[in-house]
Amino acid sequence: MTDTSQATIPKRYPFSDPHRLDVDPRYALLRRDEPLTRIRMPFGEPAWLATRYADVRTVLADRRFSRSASIGRDQPRNTPRQADEGILAMDPPEHTRLRRLVAKAFTARRVEELRPRTTAVADELVDGMLAAGPPADLVAHLATPLPIRVICDLLGVPVADQGRFHTWSEAIVSTTSLSPETAESYIDQLLGYMAGLIAQRRETPTDDLIGAMVRARDENADRLTEDEVIRLAAGLLAAGHETTVTQIPNMVYVLLTEEGGWERLGNDPTLVPKAVEELMRFIPLGATAAFPRYATEDVELGGVLVRAGEPVVVSLHSANRDEQVFADPDRLDLAREDNPHLGFGHGVHHCVGAQLARMELQVVLETLLRRIPGLRLAVPVSELTWKSGLLVRGLTAMPVQW
Amino acid sequence: MSGEEPGGWRVFVDSTRCIGSGICAGAAPGHFVLVDGLSRPLKELIDPADEVLDAAESCPMEAIIVSDVGGGRIAPEP
Repeated sequence: MTDTSQATIPKRYPFSDPHRLDVDPRYALLRRDEPLTRIRMPFGEPAWLATRYADVRTVLADRRFSRSASIGRDQPRNTPRQADEGILAMDPPEHTRLRRLVAKAFTARRVEELRPRTTAVADELVDGMLAAGPPADLVAHLATPLPIRVICDLLGVPVADQGRFHTWSEAIVSTTSLSPETAESYIDQLLGYMAGLIAQRRETPTDDLIGAMVRARDENADRLTEDEVIRLAAGLLAAGHETTVTQIPNMVYVLLTEEGGWERLGNDPTLVPKAVEELMRFIPLGATAAFPRYATEDVELGGVLVRAGEPVVVSLHSANRDEQVFADPDRLDLAREDNPHLGFGHGVHHCVGAQLARMELQVVLETLLRRIPGLRLAVPVSELTWKSGLLVRGLTAMPVQW
Repeated sequence: MSGEEPGGWRVFVDSTRCIGSGICAGAAPGHFVLVDGLSRPLKELIDPADEVLDAAESCPMEAIIVSDVGGGRIAPEP
């Protein structure tokens, strides 16, 4: 074990600007030679970066690594301003108190009840796409509206307001795409909008998730603050579609550009659930690191001593390519059997919407395979344009034909 | 624990449902551990503990069942 926290010059992180969905080759070298390495993000104090699967899981699930200890620190981050991260800056039992408020609505069992309606929405959106093309933009016709409709139904947010909250939601995944002032203004508007919906629910109770959150708040006023409920609901609305909106085109892109991917699924659609897991593993959705964990005591990890008070960030996509866990990790294997990927994170902050996202991604792929088996890109890969300045990687548009 | 019968609760993890999210091991590290990627209770019979309820209510797969010694379901709530 070596103590290098003070000795080495931190590497600039992210190592490179994202290029399509490529994984930087430096991660493989770090996993082999230097599984915990010193990095410096665009803002904040230097940090450790964990790249091996086992170490990443430890940082995300071991209580010696804390999110709440980040409060008041100069956190390693991508933006000048430190955002108020709400539930994502909490540890148990505080974190669990809030998470329990919504976890019930996102269990596999409850999500399964939404599958028929989600399939109907997907079919309706594909009808629209077929009528508009070919060519047609899969991002505008399907990938964007579907997750918005689903999360609006679940929460009880009027879909008609999507023009406004979809714009504001970019602020939660923005690194440099919005100026700090614009990002702050969008977040304020999103919170104000949600506060209005919550006030309406108090007047007129509803059976949707916002209605349930309002009831829970009013029955447990000593345990939940109004501000916590507003931030949690706004976070679900924003996170509930930004990530899935981006991941749907990413998955279709990989299937259409990796040799034989689309045909293989078309020949055997029963592979779709496994394929979604493999695509979650294979696609490096995140463009950078976020949410550093602070060690609350000295911890030996990856051959170094992480000292109490030092921050650690993790690379989920490096963990997802760890050859110690995944056979032939750089190969897309749509039928991969043993696939404990970390695409939805790990530990108490594991994505609360994971089961919902899985269901939506499965429904989208199944619907496209059934309705448009001859789907293909309408432009060369080199002409596709990618988003930048966001926490996530994805396409700005995806012209397809059939 | 305050006057409760030791071992008043039974904890069961359904390994056919568990997806190894690590939520329970993070929320209640004294009660759950991941073995080969799946959760397992450290002890089957426990004293009543809020963090075990938190873990059971937070599990996205509802794979954690907490019952009383008579077999009555305590968590998760239906």
